Formats: sequence, structure tokens, C-alpha cells
Amino acid sequence: MSALGGFGVLANQTVPLGEIPALVLPALGETLIMVGITMAIVVIVGIPLGSIIFNLAPGGLFENRSLHTVLSWVISIGRSLPFLILMAAIIPFTRLITGTNIGIPAAVVPMSIAGIAFFTRIVENSLRSIPPSYARVAKASGASNLQVIRTAQLNEAVPSIIGGLTINTIAMIEYSAIAGTIGAGGIGYVAVTYGYQRFDNTVMGVTIVILVATVAAVQLIGDRLVRFTTPQLRTSSSSSSSSRLKTAVQA
Amino acid sequence: MIGLEQLTKVYGHGADATVVLDHLDFRVEAGEIYAVVGPSGAGKSTLAACVNLLERPTSGSVVVNGDVLSDLSEAQLQVARRRIGTIFQSDGLFARRTAAQNVALPLQYLGVTPGETRRRVAELLDRVGLADRAGHYPHQLSGGQRQRVGIARALALKPTVLLSDEATSGLDPQSTDAIVSLLKELRDDLGLSILFITHEMDTVLQVADSVARLDHGHIVESGRIVDLLQSPESDLGRALRPWRAHTEPETGESAWQLAYAAKSVPTDWITQLAARLGAPVSLLGASIETVNGATVGHATVGLPPIDPQRVVAAADELGLAAQQVSSGIADLERVA
Repeated sequence: MSALGGFGVLANQTVPLGEIPALVLPALGETLIMVGITMAIVVIVGIPLGSIIFNLAPGGLFENRSLHTVLSWVISIGRSLPFLILMAAIIPFTRLITGTNIGIPAAVVPMSIAGIAFFTRIVENSLRSIPPSYARVAKASGASNLQVIRTAQLNEAVPSIIGGLTINTIAMIEYSAIAGTIGAGGIGYVAVTYGYQRFDNTVMGVTIVILVATVAAVQLIGDRLVRFTTPQLRTSSSSSSSSRLKTAVQA
Repeated sequence: MIGLEQLTKVYGHGADATVVLDHLDFRVEAGEIYAVVGPSGAGKSTLAACVNLLERPTSGSVVVNGDVLSDLSEAQLQVARRRIGTIFQSDGLFARRTAAQNVALPLQYLGVTPGETRRRVAELLDRVGLADRAGHYPHQLSGGQRQRVGIARALALKPTVLLSDEATSGLDPQSTDAIVSLLKELRDDLGLSILFITHEMDTVLQVADSVARLDHGHIVESGRIVDLLQSPESDLGRALRPWRAHTEPETGESAWQLAYAAKSVPTDWITQLAARLGAPVSLLGASIETVNGATVGHATVGLPPIDPQRVVAAADELGLAAQQVSSGIADLERVA
């Protein structure tokens, strides 16, 4: 935010080429902070919530139809509001929590809510793809419900959850651009105020390139992590059985 | 030992209620392998789920070494399940864990220290002959090897009872043989009571001491394998060792079925029978083998016209149950 303040007076002027990095790089930093904090909250809340909703469903560890319906509705409502509307609708709540309705803290609240609703469904869906026999095996081996969730459900779903986390993170980068319009800063704010409102095509081009590169980097890291956490994918690439054994032992 | 006492499982309520298991009663002593066979839909999976305490019976109980395990609270059940090792159909190994990590799971749940866990896992994998595969993931193991990891995992908490739920289904014959000999070995070494649930009659013959046939939730027949095989009127005995096609008798001869019905049938019974009857005995088909130390089997022979009662009496003296077959396989199956 402070980095952008200096450019406020340059109305109807394009930003000189040499000053673009000073404009764009702090904004990128703000985007990363916003998305980073949001994703941390999303993972911390979404994983337990997704596990709970999965196990409340029929066939789950603590099946409860009515509780499942209620929770499912709440999440669906969070999922169905367009982000711009959600952000506006919860301003009183945001102000209650952060004491402000502008800036990064104010953006993190609606982004977290939208992100949690998104990620809860992703976790639930990932857990559904795990063979239900795993939970039976764990229970028969003397596991508590918490141990079943940790070892037979979440741990086995890790690659799938990471894949979903990648999609979720990219969606949050997009939401951060929308949050930029309430003065949260970030690359989206720069794109809107300089690129869109002032017709500064250079700034617009640079922000597009940065966004594309950021999303591509997130996707690449996500894909690598999925590969690394899936034994079939990780071990099939190594040619000799001895190196295969080594990876296995390290894991 | 493990025993079922009047175990009943009903799904649904009122008019929709389905009785899946109806007052089952049996006991598997220490060192015994007890097979339960039955067609799909007979209630085998429900039986397995009740035995390893994943399902609560509607009434009746599961008893392990004298302790009734079915009336426990959820928390007590979690502890009680550790007394019964389960080998699942298609192994149930976790794909993201190595063989060693899979075997370690029950120890981890129990809270065994990492050092002790490592030691016990190495011992278990060695026991099932997979010490060199500890670091392999399930997809790097063959079906038989995966099932042996499943056995090692079932044994991790030193249970006295092992439940094998279709453990050999879907395995090739060699792997099935290997699993069967491993189970017998473990039974002998550890004095385990093994409840072996399967739909494969061939495997039952190889592995079990006793067998029960489950059909529509009832045990329709049960007994020691050898007794069943040696009793000609046993349906289960016949199902375990089906009659195979035989050569047609010569014109003027009639076909007779002779089944081993006693512990000691002389090996030269064909010669002895011919001498007793004063007539030639032609062998048309036979299947004879040793099961649990006893010779069992049956043969189809051709005899010239003789008084049927004389044939039955002579065969009976030799420990064989004789029955005349008019002709053809169709009739043979009717008799069988």
C-alpha cells in the first residue's frame, strides 16, 4: 500500500518504464502475503472441516444425517455467493474481526471464508476417492476414529488434496485481485487502477505476465508435490530397483 | 479360541428386516483352522464383520478365550479388536506406505515406541518371508506378497485369533498354496485359532480342519473335513470333492461308485474286491488323495452282473460305500 501511495499524484500519466518494478514488485509481495495468509487459514480450517463433513455423511465414521445436511448447506451457501457479493455482504463481520474494512487484513477475512468453503469440498471429494476398505482395515487394527481419519483417510488422500490445494490457491490469487478493489493492494489493484482505469497498457501487460507466471509457478509446484507424494509416480521414474528402495526407505 | 454363541444379525426394522445371520453357533479351538464356505449372499461378509467386531451383532455374542466381546462400549471395542487379527480380501494395504510401514500400523495405533515397532516389524516381515521387501510399496509387490504383508500386519499385535476374510480369493494357484502353507505354519507355531472364510472349496480342502457351510444365514452342515469326506451322504463332503467324469463301462458291465467311507481302506482294495466277488473289477475313474492325514476319495468301477447286495456288503467290509450307477454322467450327478 505505502509503495503505491507515491504514484497517486501521477494522474493521466503512464508510469515510466524504469519505475514499473518499484510499482509492481511490492504489489506482487502483497498478493503473495494475502494469498499465503488466506491459504494457511484455509488449510488449518478446511482439512478438519472436510474430514468432519465426509465422516458425517452416510457410510462415514460418525454418520449423522441431520448434522451433515446442516453443515453441507452452510458450505454450499459459502460456495454459491460470487466473491464480490460475499465480500460486500460480510463487511460488518470483517470489521468486527479486523477493526477495518480496507487493506490486507480486511481482504483476508472474505478470502478465507470463500477459500474454506471451496477447500472443504475439495477435501471431502478427495476422501471419497479413498477405498472405504482402508477405514475398515484401520479400525480392525485397533485405530481410534481420529487415527482412522489421520492414517487411513487423510494420509492416503494427500496427493489428491495437494492437487485440490493447487486449484484452490490459484482461485485465491484470482480472488485477491477482486479484493484489490477494496484497497487491499496487490497485483490486482495495480492492474485495475493503472492498467484499466488509466489505460496504461505497459503496466497492464506487466501485471498480466506476472499473474500468468505466478499461476504457472503454483501449478508447477503443485504438480511436483503430487508426483512426490504418490509412490507409483515417484518410483516408476527411477530406473534401478536399488534407487527405488532408497526412496522408499527415506519415506 | 473363538466362538460364536447364537450370533444373529438383522438389518432393517419391522417388515423390511432382513435376517443375514441366524443364530450361528460354532467354536474354533486353539490350533484349529475352521473354514466357513458359502455362495455369495450367504452372509459371509457380515459374519466376518461381526467376528472382527466392526459390526455389532443384533443378538448373541462373539467369545474370545472366554471373554464375551460383543457387549462392549465403542471405546472397549477398539481395544477388543486388537485381540483378533484380520486378513482382508485383496490385502487392504495402504498405497502410500511401504510394506514395513503397513505392518507397523497396528503398533502405531497402540502407541508402541518407534524402536520396538521397528524391531517387531522386522521380525514379522521375516516371519512371512518378506524381509527383503520391507521398503517396497504395495504396487511393487505381487498379489501373493501383498497378502503376506497383510498377514504380517494381522499378526502385529500377537492375536490369538486370526480371521481370514476371502484372503486367497483372486490369487493365482501358486500364491494360494503359499498363503495356505504359511497359515498352517503359523497355526502350528503360534497355536492360533483361524477362522477362514472363503467361497473356494479347493482351498478349504487344503487348509481347514473343520468346515461349515453357510447358506442364507444358516449353517446348513458342518463337521471335520475328513469325517465329511468319508461320509457318502454328506452334501458338503461331495461339494468339497466333486465327482468327475469317468469312462463308460463295457457292454454287459454296470458302473458302481465306491466312496472311501472309513479310516483304513486297504490300498489293494481293487484286487481284494475282485477276489471277494470272484469277478473282474475294471477301473473307470478315480480320485484319491490324502487330506489331513486321512486317505479320502472315490472311484467308479465296472462290474459284471452280480447281486447288488453282495457288492455292497463286500465293499463295506473294505470300508467303501458302494452305489450302483445305471449309466451316463447325468445319472451319476443325480446320485452325487
